[in-house]
Amino acid sequence: MNDIFRIPSVSWRCLRVWQRDRDAYMKFYKLSLLGNLGDPILYLVAMGYGLGRFLNQIEGMTYLEFIAPGLVISSSMFAASFECTYGSFLRMIYLKTYDAIIATPLSIEDVVSGDILWGTTKGMISGTIMFAVVGAFGLIDSVWAAGIPLLIVLVSFLFASLSMAATSFVKTFEAFNYYITLFLTPMFFFSGVFFPLNRLPDWVSVVSKFLPLTYAVEISRALIYGQPSWIVPVGLALLLGPALFFYCVSINLMKRRVIQ
Amino acid sequence: MVPIILAKGLTKRFGDLIAVDGIDFTIHEREYFGFLGPNGAGKTSTIRMLYGHSPMTDGQLKVLGLDIRTTARRIKEQIGVVSQENNLDTDLSVLENLLVYARYFNMPKREARRRADELMAFMQLEAKEKSRVEQLSGGMKRRLVLARALINRPKILLLDEPTTGLDPQARHLIWQRLRSLKSGGTALVLTTHYMDEAAQLCDRVAVMDAGRIIATGSPQELVRERVGAEVLELRIAPALDAQVLRSIADLDIETERYGDTLYLYLPEGHTLAKTLTDRLIGINHSEMIHRQATLEDLFLRLTGRELVEH
Repeated sequence: MNDIFRIPSVSWRCLRVWQRDRDAYMKFYKLSLLGNLGDPILYLVAMGYGLGRFLNQIEGMTYLEFIAPGLVISSSMFAASFECTYGSFLRMIYLKTYDAIIATPLSIEDVVSGDILWGTTKGMISGTIMFAVVGAFGLIDSVWAAGIPLLIVLVSFLFASLSMAATSFVKTFEAFNYYITLFLTPMFFFSGVFFPLNRLPDWVSVVSKFLPLTYAVEISRALIYGQPSWIVPVGLALLLGPALFFYCVSINLMKRRVIQ
Repeated sequence: MVPIILAKGLTKRFGDLIAVDGIDFTIHEREYFGFLGPNGAGKTSTIRMLYGHSPMTDGQLKVLGLDIRTTARRIKEQIGVVSQENNLDTDLSVLENLLVYARYFNMPKREARRRADELMAFMQLEAKEKSRVEQLSGGMKRRLVLARALINRPKILLLDEPTTGLDPQARHLIWQRLRSLKSGGTALVLTTHYMDEAAQLCDRVAVMDAGRIIATGSPQELVRERVGAEVLELRIAPALDAQVLRSIADLDIETERYGDTLYLYLPEGHTLAKTLTDRLIGINHSEMIHRQATLEDLFLRLTGRELVEH
C-alpha cells in the first residue's frame, strides 16, 4: 500500500511521451478540437442565449454571463479527463503503446507522467480556446481575468491526474461510465456552472463543497468579473493539493497495473 | 567467449503461479540463442525479465554486465525488443513510427532520419514510408517492429515469437534479415515454438517446460544425443506394438507410441534402417516414413507429445 502513496521517480524523458502524443494529435487535431469544443460552445449559446431569455438576472449577471466562466473551466475538465481515460486506456490496453515505450530507456513512470502532461495540455487547449470565445462574446471585463490561464492549467492537471487514477482500475471501456456518468457529469451540473448553489437544498451545497470543480468555477467567475476575494488563493490551494496527490498516486497505480 | 547475459536461479512468480522456476543460463556475445517450449513454459516471462518489463521475483540476472533492477535504463539503451504483439503506434505512419521511437533513445533528428531510411531499406519498407500502420500486411507490420527494435543499433536483440502467424515468405524474409545481423555482432535471444525457426536461427537452444530449462545445447547436438539420427514413423494398430517390439528386441532402438503412430528412434550411425524395414514390412501397417530426426522430435520427446494446456 505504501508504494501507492510515495513520490514516483519521473525523469525528464516523460517529455518524449508528451511529444509522441502531440505528434499523434497534430494529425487529427481538427476532429479532436470539434469533440472538445463542440459541447461547451453549444452550452454557451443554447443555454446562455436560449434559456437565458426566460431568466432574470442571477447574482447581478445575465444568464450568459453567469455560465460563461464555468464553461471555460469545465471544457478543460472534460478535455483533460477524456484524454487520460479513453485515450490513455486505448494506448495502454489495446494499442500496447505503453509496452512498446517501456522497452526503450523510458520507464513506466515516464510514460504515465507524459500522458498526464499531455492530458493537461489538451485541457489547456480547450480551456484557452473557450476563454477566447467568451472574450469574443464581450464577456470579460476585468484585468483579473489574466489569472484564468493559471486556473486552466491547474484544473487540467488535476483532472488529467484524477482521470489517470481512475483509468488504472478500469478493465473495459464501459467501466468508464462509473467515472464519467457517476462522477464527472454530476459534478458538471452541481458545481455551480449552471445555477447558484446557495439556492439549492443544504445537502447539495454540502456535497458541492467536496467537488473540486466548485472551487474552480467560483474562482473563474471571480477573476473574469473582477471580484477577487479570499476564495481565489484558498481555491487554488484546494486544487493544487489534490492535483499533486493524484499525480503521484495515479503514476504508482499505473505502475502496479502495467509492471507485473 | 564473453557472456552478455548471465542468469542464476532466475525466478518469476505471479502469486502462487511459478512461471519461471529458478533457471540458469548464459548467453555469449554474438550468440543466437533460442528459448523453445510449449505455450506457458515460461519463455515470455523469461524474456520480459531480461529487459525489466517484468520484475524478477528471485535470483540473479546480469545483462551486459549490469543489474536490471538498478540500471534498467542503461541496459535498455543497448537492447532492442520485438515483443509478441505488434505494438506499433497506429496513430503514426511507418516513418513516424521509427522517428518517434528514435526520440525515446534521445537520437538527434538527422541521425534518426538516416537510420530510419537505412532500416526501411533493410526491411523492404521504403515504398510504405508514408503508409499508416493499419494499411500494412502482417509481414510488413512485423518487419516494421523489427526495424524499430534496431533503431538504436542494439547489442542484444530480444524477440518474443518473431514470426508467429506469418506466411512462409514473410517468415523467410525475417529469418534472412535476422541472420544477416550476425555479421554486425548483434546477439539475438528469441523465443519460439517453431522448431524450424530455432533450427534456422539458433546457435544454441534451451528447451523449457513448466518453468524449467530441461535441455540446453546446439540444436544438432541435442537432437543427436536425445533423439538419434533418424526416425521411423509407423502407422500401425496399437494391437501390433508387441509384435513389432519382439521383432526388433535384439536392436538398440527406443520406441514411443503416440496416437496412431509408433515412433522408432534410430541412434546415430545406425545402419539397420534397411534391416528394420525388411523386418517390419511383414507386419500389417498403413504407412511407414523414414526420415531425419529433427528438433521437433527432440521437443516432443522432452515435453511430451500429449497436448498439455498450461
